[in-house]
Amino acid sequence: MFHADQVRPPYARLADWTQQMPDELRCLKQAEAEAFFRRIGITFAVYGEGGDPDRLIPFDMFPRVFTQAEWRKLERGVKQRARALNAFLVDIYGRGEIVRAGKIPAALVYRNAAYEKAAAGIVPPRGVYSHIVGIDIVRTGPDTFYVLEDNCRTPSGVSYMLENREIMMRLFPGLFRENRIEPIDSYSTLLRRTLASVAPEKCTSSDPVVVLLTPGHFNSAYYEHSFLADLMGIELVEGADLFVEGPFVWMRTTEGPKKVDVIYRRLDDAFIDPLCFRPDSMLGVPGLMDVYRSGGVAIASAPGAGVADDKAVYTYVPDMIRFYLGEEPVLQNVPTWQCAKSDDLRYVLDNLAELVVKEVHGSGGYGMLVGPKASRDQLASFAERLRADPGKYIAQPTLALSTTPTFVDQGIAPRHVDLRPFCLVGERIELVPGGLTRVALTEGSLVVNSSQGGGVKDTWVLAE
Amino acid sequence: MLSRTADHLFWIARYMERAETAARLLDVGARISLLPSAGAGFRSEWDSILQASGTAEGFARKYDDPVQRNIESYLFFDRDNPSSIASCITAARENGRIVRTALTSQVWDALNTAFQELRGLERLPRSQLEMSRLTDWTMRHTAMVRGAIDATQLRNDGYDFLNLGYLLERADSTARLMDVKYYVLLPQVDYVGTGLDTYQWSTLLRAMSAHRAFHWAYGGELTAAKIVHFLVLNRQCPRALLTAIAGVSDHLERLAVFYGSANATQTRAQAMVDELQALSIDAVFDEGLHNFLTRFIADVADLGGLIHECYLSGDVR
Repeated sequence: MFHADQVRPPYARLADWTQQMPDELRCLKQAEAEAFFRRIGITFAVYGEGGDPDRLIPFDMFPRVFTQAEWRKLERGVKQRARALNAFLVDIYGRGEIVRAGKIPAALVYRNAAYEKAAAGIVPPRGVYSHIVGIDIVRTGPDTFYVLEDNCRTPSGVSYMLENREIMMRLFPGLFRENRIEPIDSYSTLLRRTLASVAPEKCTSSDPVVVLLTPGHFNSAYYEHSFLADLMGIELVEGADLFVEGPFVWMRTTEGPKKVDVIYRRLDDAFIDPLCFRPDSMLGVPGLMDVYRSGGVAIASAPGAGVADDKAVYTYVPDMIRFYLGEEPVLQNVPTWQCAKSDDLRYVLDNLAELVVKEVHGSGGYGMLVGPKASRDQLASFAERLRADPGKYIAQPTLALSTTPTFVDQGIAPRHVDLRPFCLVGERIELVPGGLTRVALTEGSLVVNSSQGGGVKDTWVLAE
Repeated sequence: MLSRTADHLFWIARYMERAETAARLLDVGARISLLPSAGAGFRSEWDSILQASGTAEGFARKYDDPVQRNIESYLFFDRDNPSSIASCITAARENGRIVRTALTSQVWDALNTAFQELRGLERLPRSQLEMSRLTDWTMRHTAMVRGAIDATQLRNDGYDFLNLGYLLERADSTARLMDVKYYVLLPQVDYVGTGLDTYQWSTLLRAMSAHRAFHWAYGGELTAAKIVHFLVLNRQCPRALLTAIAGVSDHLERLAVFYGSANATQTRAQAMVDELQALSIDAVFDEGLHNFLTRFIADVADLGGLIHECYLSGDVR
């Protein structure tokens, strides 16, 4: 918000707003927000932690603001990336031109754990593998944005984007009158349109049947699954509600079987079809892959999409953009050292105290090392793990991440944030003006994951 | 709609109605026990509550004495008792959470508020919780859920499955509440027609919030025959067996129209309505009230099984 001690223009009105808000009112509003989240049941379960099964993600009332010009750049960059990632997926499950051209190592693609041999040769409807691309972005300067990672499988958090806005409009309607904030509530309509637009060739109806497949109500993101299904007006199904018969997938209804055309799955590849992947999966639908392969059903994201968001593949995304689109990347990648390469490994070991080291296949902020915050012992033991299995890790410099004002116990203080916009890819590419802003609530912390004590904020894009 | 969704809706309603029945049973027990001991003393009254709610066995496994406090804990708080009020409200809310998409936000709100308040009650020391306050609390929340359903739910098949759950459970619970009389009075036939007998009958009416309604409908003295008529055959009484079963039949007919095809459930429900309508109170007493109720409870269970098979199991073709 501050730049050279001056309040940056988009935050000018908010500065007045906070100064005029007495502490008691702030506490009251915060309590109101929490009561609202608890009442609608938007809670988050953290695995293996015990305690309250209905934990709330901390909500910070101070919004994060983008100007129209800033957003236009982000939008261009995000859409560009989503197009390139999909082109890459169609390519590597097809002719593999990018590998032949020597732009990316064959082993990294074809020996990748996320590469699905069962998907080889398949071109999904409209050539889309990843229909919802969540791109995690950080900012280091007025005009500099870096992409931290891509999420091509089933990025979550969009329910927070929508509910955070909902609660802000309820708590502070005045703010929305004074500031011209772009609305985001078209997301569910666009998502449904996107999913319907990728109906398979065997679907002859003009109104395809779309369902959302959830692992079930014990899943930590179940609220989001039911919330999205409800907004789109589609059935929320579990694996046992679906079955394969003949060339199609059917759902069990009170009136008998009903054909399903598009499955928006919030379930990992490994679980969707026990006949094709993990035989012990109780969550999936036996025979689903056969129907998918023969064009009887569409699956979003398509099986195999995960290889594009692998942290080692990530380093090649700028090359993908140049290779498939013939454009220069709008958004930068964070410089990344691949510990699998011996030169890179040596550099990482020598500079461990300045770097962030992540597991290639990890997620949720687990198993990572933040060099500048680590003790001598932690550094030493991590170095050992690195030497033992270097291919498992990548390293990045710690960026001077931007901060936004955040309500803390002592008043307002700067905290580090990131941003996840949700790009929709179907017949068209769409991006609603907003996203999920996650905030590291601990002073100085760079980890924003909700499983590690991060919170969320509303994200505003100001209209011109 | 998904069979599983219909099943969850059905069980939301059953659990809420079951919680309400448990609260009513607790009220009956508390009132009966206020009378000076008759025969076997207060124990028999509380024991009858367990017998009628079908939880006597589970209770005996956990506690020795059917004393008031233990029974209250077992019927209100105990998570080991699947029919306790806490278990029922938790189960109803969990079923609701699973099918959030099929509920209006008001209905979800009512279910979730009941659950959140329950968790608050569970944290309070028992000494601060009077049972009459807890049973009032239960009935207030079951009424709020019911009201939210009536006021806001779309009148589609989901609404029918909710109502089928309510009405089947209600038919079952009215029959069980009436059966309390059987267990209380069984050893002492001499009491029939005495002041004690009348007091117990009127307690039963109170427990069904039907005490004044009864006087409006019948006037005059309380007699066993009038009360049984009211609770079995009088369609003005919202908790009467005939009212509940006729409601089940109506909602099944609505489903048949909505889906454009009927099945065995409609036939079975109509047969039960016909039988009740042809019934006289004399015939009920000739058969024996307890025998009649036992048979009725079994019929209701069969009808529930048939509804499961034809709509909720997912095996429909």
